[in-house]
Amino acid sequence: MPKQALAAAVAAFQTANSGVTVSINTVDHTTFQNNISSYLAATPEDVITWFSGYRMRAFVDQGLFTAIDDIWAGPIGSLYTDAVKTACTANDSKKYMVPFDTYAWTVYYVPSLWTKNGYTVPTTLDELKTLAAKMQKDGIVPIGLGDKDGWPAMGHFDIIDLRENGYQFHVDLMAGKKKWTDPGVVQVFNVWKGLLPFYQSGAAGRLWQDAAAGLVAKTTGMMLQPQVVQTFQAAGAANLADLDFFPWPHHGTQWDAEEALDAPIDGFMLTANSSTLAADSAAAKALLAFLGQGSTQGLYAKLSTDLIAVANNADQSSYTPLQKKQVTTLAAAKKLTQFMDRDTNPGFSGANGMQGFLIDFLSNPNQDMTAFLKKIQSFWDSLGA
Amino acid sequence: MADKPVTSAAPEQPGKSGLPGAAVTSASGSRQAGRSGGSSFRDRAPFNRLPFIGRQRWHLLTRKDKLVLAVMVGIPLIFDLILIWGSVLVDFFWSLTDWHGFGAMTGGGPSHQFVGLDNYTQLFSGTYPFFWTAVVHNIFWLAFLMFVATPLGILMAVILDSKVKGLVIYRTVFYIPVVLSLALIGIIWQLQYAPDSNRGWIDGVLSWLGYSHPVVFGIDIPFVKDIPLIGQWCRDVSHTDWVGGPLAIIPTVIAASWRHVGYITILYLAGLQAFDPTLREAASIDGANARQTFFKVVFPVMKPINVVIVVITTIEALRAFDLAYITNGGRSPLELLSTLITNNAISESTRIGFGSAIAVVLAVVSLVPIVIFLAMTMREEKQ
Repeated sequence: MPKQALAAAVAAFQTANSGVTVSINTVDHTTFQNNISSYLAATPEDVITWFSGYRMRAFVDQGLFTAIDDIWAGPIGSLYTDAVKTACTANDSKKYMVPFDTYAWTVYYVPSLWTKNGYTVPTTLDELKTLAAKMQKDGIVPIGLGDKDGWPAMGHFDIIDLRENGYQFHVDLMAGKKKWTDPGVVQVFNVWKGLLPFYQSGAAGRLWQDAAAGLVAKTTGMMLQPQVVQTFQAAGAANLADLDFFPWPHHGTQWDAEEALDAPIDGFMLTANSSTLAADSAAAKALLAFLGQGSTQGLYAKLSTDLIAVANNADQSSYTPLQKKQVTTLAAAKKLTQFMDRDTNPGFSGANGMQGFLIDFLSNPNQDMTAFLKKIQSFWDSLGA
Repeated sequence: MADKPVTSAAPEQPGKSGLPGAAVTSASGSRQAGRSGGSSFRDRAPFNRLPFIGRQRWHLLTRKDKLVLAVMVGIPLIFDLILIWGSVLVDFFWSLTDWHGFGAMTGGGPSHQFVGLDNYTQLFSGTYPFFWTAVVHNIFWLAFLMFVATPLGILMAVILDSKVKGLVIYRTVFYIPVVLSLALIGIIWQLQYAPDSNRGWIDGVLSWLGYSHPVVFGIDIPFVKDIPLIGQWCRDVSHTDWVGGPLAIIPTVIAASWRHVGYITILYLAGLQAFDPTLREAASIDGANARQTFFKVVFPVMKPINVVIVVITTIEALRAFDLAYITNGGRSPLELLSTLITNNAISESTRIGFGSAIAVVLAVVSLVPIVIFLAMTMREEKQ
């Protein structure tokens, strides 16, 4: 989360609630994730930002967070869709998170390059492949990918699975109710394999930001990834104006109608082990309720234009065209998933877990798929989750 | 006990008089404690032959000495036991559970169970496929350091020892990488290996050779790219995803070697410069050439340093972590045992029990070179 954007939201809270002082402790994203377990068990702050879904539930199950149903009973309760409420609800049917911002996993491209070369937005998988072949002929890398952080490839699996097998299958697979050896999963990897010739080579050694730089440089045609706005913003206003996206195309299955996509929700939670919580409980809850307001989230989204507010009454007047498009894309989606590493067991999706398997697949797509999927399933089984 | 000489703790076995510990047992019958204890050495022949040293300096430890000794040995020992062996024991206990780091370790529901050797079964049976990959990577790391980097370091040391001009400069050049942390070396080498638009010199040189007409010292070499094998090879190899490809472990261990060679060079050079020149002279009088002198005279005499180098190299390979972790977090294709431990036990995965099992395996493997090293050192001391 960008620092100054969060500071703006918190400053607004302090203006509205004189007498309460909020101190912010921002930590590097990856460092925070890696140390989350010891942090939550030892000396957390009162309120922290975290990810929704399974990733939230796993820590709630360990008793590290405080339920905030009372906040949801207040004014913020009416601001969110049922899907968002589900994402903020843990296994004990209590709500633990106040949603704050979200973003859509879509395909980004540079319109001026596409106009120049006569490309049109593909609406089906076949059109996508035809377009990709055309780009390749024009000396452009069709689909950019940087998977050094391990997670970007997960978004590709998610969207292909959602199109091929539908929302319910995907959710069940992530929860272990479906097997990785299922023919549906084999189908996903087969479709993916058909796209790999159009992928940027050497994904495992590249950061996604460097892959996005290929879009800016017009050497890459398109890229399935959220938040590339950051990279374009850094490249300058002219580049930022020359950026657009479209949702992943249809696969010609019955599941196309769901228009499902990954839209991770970040939010704020009340910790359980904070030493100051007992004294600050009222103030902390007031802060959470304030952060749940559309007006607060609008302030935040104004400064971080790669994200949008979750609350349905957020002020969208200051939104950029891309932010407005994200709103309509998410509204059109009948099903939303969080993201693989939020929808499944964190032990399963880790660096030396599913991330490793996907890198293995990307660098060796012609391996024996039966054996490959068997390995994934037996790894899942060994987690006992 | 407190009043007795410390040596009296040695068993009274007169038959073992050949060993240093047993030699003093002849004095243990003596009731003379404290400062006067020195006289109990009177009967020992070796010391009696050294009259100036004998009585004045070699006496038994005073109570104060013992106290100092106890403090100096005892405190590090306590720390060692608690911090090292205590941790190993705790780690071993964790490795028998499926604990996730919260609440009771055993006796609860899922992730609070005593699972016996399940974690180890998962490792060795290949259910967790990254384990054997990591083992292979660690073995490769060890082999590369041992048979490529270390010999190269020794060679550098021998060359630098032969009175070349500007020794200080060379020594500095080779030693600079040793001063850098491996994390920093990881960043430096990622820049060298980068294949994209922000590519490093490796990719730059290769594609330059493979795709264009290189000009060297003003001479146009139009044919490099047209040489059948070399030109094609340069084209094929440029744009390689060095640190992300399936064989990324090779470029990574080369980066590690950059530092390791310098380390070994300095270590060996120090040994060579303390080397007794008369031995070398004798060898040359006997008609040995440079190579024979090194392999038949210098190398065997340098045995203590050789042992240290082998041990250091082994430990470097076993604890390899920083480079892989800074490059891609120790994901495929750079799994190492150490990164598996980190990514399981202290990451968001919170598989503390499972990660501990990998740590136990690494600890046991690490004991092997250490035990060999200690055994050899002790045998030498006895001799």
